[in-house]
This record gives sequence, structure tokens and C-alpha cells, in this order.
Amino acid sequence: MESHVSKGSDSLDSLLSVAKKLADGGAIRDEIVSGIYGVSASICSDAVSYRDKKKLNSTFKLDNIVTSKIWGFPIMLSILGIVFWITIAGANYPSSWLASFFGIIEGYLTAGFQAIHAPDWLHGVLVLGLYRGTSWVISVMLPPMMIFFPVFALLENFGYLPRVAFNMDRLFKKSGGHGKQALTMSMGFGCNAAAILSTRIIESPRERMLAILTNNFVPCNGRWPTLILLSSLFMTGAASTGAFKTLTTASVLMGMVLIGIVVTLSVSWVMSKTALRGVPTHYTLELPPYRRPQIWRTILISSKDKSLNVLTRAIVVAAPAGIITWVLGNTFIGGESVLNHMAAFFDPFAQMLGMDGYIMMAFILGLPANEIVLPILLMGYMSSGAMVDIDSLSSIKDVFLNHGWTWLTALSMMLFSLLHYPCGTTLVNIYKETKSMKWAVLSAVIPLGIAIGVTYAVAQLARIFGWV
Amino acid sequence: MSHYTVAFAGNPNTGKSTLFNLLTGMRQHTGNWAGKTVITAEGEFTHNNHMYRAVDLPGTYSLYSNSADEEAARDYIIFEQPDVTLVVLDATSLERNLNLALQVLEITGRAVVCINLIDEARRLGIDINLKAISKRLGVPVVTISARNKIGIEALLDQVERVATGAFITDPMRIIYNDEIERGIAELTPMVEQMIGSKYPARWIALRLLDGDDSLLASLKENIKSKEIPEAKEVIGYGVTC
Repeated sequence: MESHVSKGSDSLDSLLSVAKKLADGGAIRDEIVSGIYGVSASICSDAVSYRDKKKLNSTFKLDNIVTSKIWGFPIMLSILGIVFWITIAGANYPSSWLASFFGIIEGYLTAGFQAIHAPDWLHGVLVLGLYRGTSWVISVMLPPMMIFFPVFALLENFGYLPRVAFNMDRLFKKSGGHGKQALTMSMGFGCNAAAILSTRIIESPRERMLAILTNNFVPCNGRWPTLILLSSLFMTGAASTGAFKTLTTASVLMGMVLIGIVVTLSVSWVMSKTALRGVPTHYTLELPPYRRPQIWRTILISSKDKSLNVLTRAIVVAAPAGIITWVLGNTFIGGESVLNHMAAFFDPFAQMLGMDGYIMMAFILGLPANEIVLPILLMGYMSSGAMVDIDSLSSIKDVFLNHGWTWLTALSMMLFSLLHYPCGTTLVNIYKETKSMKWAVLSAVIPLGIAIGVTYAVAQLARIFGWV
Repeated sequence: MSHYTVAFAGNPNTGKSTLFNLLTGMRQHTGNWAGKTVITAEGEFTHNNHMYRAVDLPGTYSLYSNSADEEAARDYIIFEQPDVTLVVLDATSLERNLNLALQVLEITGRAVVCINLIDEARRLGIDINLKAISKRLGVPVVTISARNKIGIEALLDQVERVATGAFITDPMRIIYNDEIERGIAELTPMVEQMIGSKYPARWIALRLLDGDDSLLASLKENIKSKEIPEAKEVIGYGVTC
């Protein structure tokens, strides 16, 4: 059997060489394609007739505006801004309702544990660790996701994303990448791990690799809550309230996305001049007709598919993380908890980057899923002595302030979250797609290097100029 | 009750996934941009007491192995040999979409061409002469609107006729220029001799002339792995319909 197989393969190879000889080294692809196109055209000229050519052009009129050189980018940015604004404005109240709801339940749970005389450690692990951790994830993450994903899906179904790709194409071409990278980036807003699979639409392996390496610089849903929360707590100035506050938060988020895009383009440019050298290939980007989205269906499906899936994942990972964090925070060695020892170990390095040891530890423990970085951080802070009764979103700020946070800490954490290595699932997908350990490791190391470099630079500058 | 496999092929963004969801009752996310379906999805549906396994292939513009997507779609049609390949076309840009249908017909005659978004085309004042197209292609051609559930029964009837062999298809053959045809004529017997009549020899000859290394790799892979049950990358969903 074995010999027969290898014989088969060899003769197939010889077949190809015969074929290559026959083709005479010429490019017969064009001839093949024109053969097929000719047949299509002749069928259509027989069978398809147009009553009104003008109607066909309505899409082009809109496209002339949204992909124009002057209006393309302003329209794109304002749409993005509006999406953020809707998300933040809409998520604010439900988040605090959920937080206080879970706070009330926690009171009952604690009472129940006391009633049955459960040992303190059990109450600690289950209520203060597990329950508080997961309820945190839900109240901070669910409302923004329930708004952001459906709105984004509506835009997608309307047909706007290919126009974004069209606008971005020039930038990507200049940086040596592929215009379709803009589409895989859009996918990354939802989930980087899924976006890695979506890079399959890019034909050239070189450009696909660029898209894979840089996808991480688009904040995924695991990082949105961190970015939204920190920017609304620390980036809006003390006096601002209401609509103005929402507006500033939205602009800060926009800024983050823009930084992500700039880094994407820079990394693409550097890589395409060094390790992934090559000329961008030509391709045709289809601008599909605009279609009226099926509004309710889209909302329901995107809520179910995205929001709930993401939430389930977050809870599944956050629950054990909550327990581990609590145990680390309550196991004492030499008078200090293990958690504090670990935080103290990372602290000097983290301080250079404008953060503290707890934040660094949260990022490290958060490798399996970015969703749990913030919950781990909060649990870490809470178990380290500064117990705050958390029943509203504003008291989260008190937790942070008690641990010496300034706007620089928040900014550094946001930047680090935006730029640092992708989550474990994404890395596994990168390895599966590229089948190369080298690229999987590089796609964690390159972003990490950039994250460290950028936060270091920002922290040092802020300190030199005495802004903090 | 008999069991058939139907593969859904089509250009990106032709409503292929919408039709797939409608038939299988699955709720894959559908979006209005090229390249959304990245992994083959599977579901099931029944029609007139026949069970169908539906396979949603990635949306592609051609089967010329330009990308991993196109290779996946091509390999499925050639090597898995579905009972029916349903080619979904966009009625509003039929000329461009037909190219893929023609390429599928070069591989398999067991095909049904499904022109989707017919309501949109009517709105834009596009008239399509179904009979003329069907006559040229030699396979059943149906117009539907997946999102408004128009023409679905008629489509499934045609799928059934092809699946059960009630409709003997006579897929159109594209005649290329003399040079290519000479090459095909010379290669086809060699291909047939080497890999038997299981695979479309004329089409493979054409692809080899085009220097398609990736098809060759897939052929080798398939000849080798014929003994081993294939591990495919497929997402399984629950079946609700």
C-alpha cells in the first residue's frame, strides 16, 4: 500500500510538470478567466434586462460621499464616536442597577452563611471571592456589550464595514499591508480570537501574517469594559457631569482606538520592511449594495451570539480566578498575604510603567481571558485590607483612589490593556492558523514590547513634566 | 427516508448564510460584508420526507485557490462530493456571480443554481429570464428571496430532483481557446489514468495547466488519506428544524 501511495504522489508531480510544459510558462490564468467571463457575459446579455439603469446607481451616490477623500474619514470617526456615545450613555444606569442588585443579594448570602454558622473561610471563598468576582463581571460587562454589539452588527448588516475597508485601504497599502486588514480589524472589535480566523480572507500569506500580528491592537470585547470603566472614572475631569462627561468618555475611547490604528499601521510598516518584506498585492474589494438591516433579528442574534457567549466565557474563567485570588489574598506568609508578596515583587517594574504591582499581576493572571483582568484587580485590592462596601460604580473609584491611583495610573492601564499580548485563546488560534510556534510567540512578544515601551514613555514624560 | 448532502457555495455576501440559517433553523450571525463565514458550518433540514445535511462553505469569488477559503470550498466540492451543490447567486450582480456557478459546473453536474435577492433585483428594475439561464447552464435555476422567504419550496423541490436523480443535469461545458483546449485534451487521459474517474478529470487538467500547486497538494493528501476517516474542521450546532 505504502509504495503504491508514494508512486501515486510522484506521478502526480510528473503530471504537473507535463502541464507546466504544455502551458509553456505563459500566464494562462488570464485566458481561463476571460473564457469564463465571456460565457457569463453572453448568458447575461441573453437573459438579463434592465428597465431602469438610474436606479442601479443609487448606491454609488451614497458611496461617493462615505468613501470620498474629504468626507470618508470624518464620517467614519463620527459614526464610531456615536456608537461609543450610545454605548456609554446607555450602559451607565443598567450597570449601577445591576451592581446594587448584586450587592443586595450578597447581603442575603452573607446573612445565610451566618445563619448556618458556616466557617469564615467558606464565606470568604464563595461569597467574597467567587460571588463578588462573577457579579462584578456581569454588572460591568453586560450592559455595554448588550448595546455595543447590536449597534455594531446593525452597521455591519447595513453594509458600512466594506466602506471602512475602502477608506482604510490607502493607509494599509502605504504601510505594506492589505486593505482587507481593515475588515479583520473590525472583526477584532468583537473578538480577536475570531478575527484571527477571519484573516483567511486575505490571500497572500505575508499580508495575512501582518493582519494576524496586528489584530491585537484592536480592543476586543474583553478589553472594552476595562477601557470604558477607566475612562469614565478617571479621564473626564472632576467637574464634568452628565452629557459632557459621556462625551469626554467617548472621545477618550476614540483616542484609544486611534492609537490602536496608528500602532497597527506602524507595526505593519516596520514588519513589511523587515521580517515580512514584500509588495502589497492588488485585489478587488467588493462594495456590496446597502441593505436595510433586519433590526430586531440582528439585535436578538447578536445579543445571543456575542454578548451571552462572551459573558459565559468571562464567568467560567472569572469564577475560578475569583477563588484563586481570594485564596492568594488570604494565605499568609510572614505576616503578609501571598497576593501582597506577589504584588510587591512586580511593583518596582510596574511603577516604571505608571502602574502598580497589583495591576501587573492582574494582567499576568488575566492571560486566559482579558475579561477577567479588571475583576482580578478589584478582588486583589479588596482582599488586601482596604475593604470597601461596593454597591455602586462610584465606589469602585474609591477602591482605586485608596490604592494611590491617579489619572496616569488609569491611562497607563488603558494603554497597556490596548497594546499588550492577546488572550490565550487568540494565541492558540494564531498557532493553529500559522502552524508556527515562532509567529505565535512573536505575536505575544511584539505587542508586549510595544505596551511596555509606550507606557514607560508616557509615565516618564508625565513625571518629568510634573503632570502627576 | 433517504439522506443527502447539500453544499452551499456562493460569492461572499449573496445571502448564502441567510438561506442556510433559514433552512437549518440555525442562527449563524449574518453580516453584509465579504468573508464573514470563516469556518464551514453544518446543519440539517428535511423536505418531502428526505433528510438533507447542509454544509455552508466559505463565500468565494472563484475556486482558483487564491486563498485558504477558496481552497476549502474547492476541496469540499471535489473530495466530499456532495449530492447537490447549491450555488447561491446575487440577482443584482448576476454577471459577476455567474462565474462561480460556471466553475462549480465544471467540477460537478449535481448542482442547483439559486438566484437570491430577487426582490431587490425587481426593485432595481432588473428582469431575469430564468428559462434562458437554465437552458444554457443545463441545471435547475430558481429565484428566491431568502430574507423574505420567497421561492424556498420551489428551490427545495429542485434540490430534491437533482439529489434523487429525477432531473438529469447536463452541465454546460466552457470551451476555452485552442491552446488551452489542446493542453486539456493532452492531459485529461493522463489524469484519468492516474486518479481514476472519481474526480473531474477535465477540470483537474485545466487547473494543472494553470499551475495550481495547492490542488495537487490536496489531491495527494486525499489519495493518501482515503483509508483514514477524515477529520474535518466543522462547527456542530444543534438541529432545530
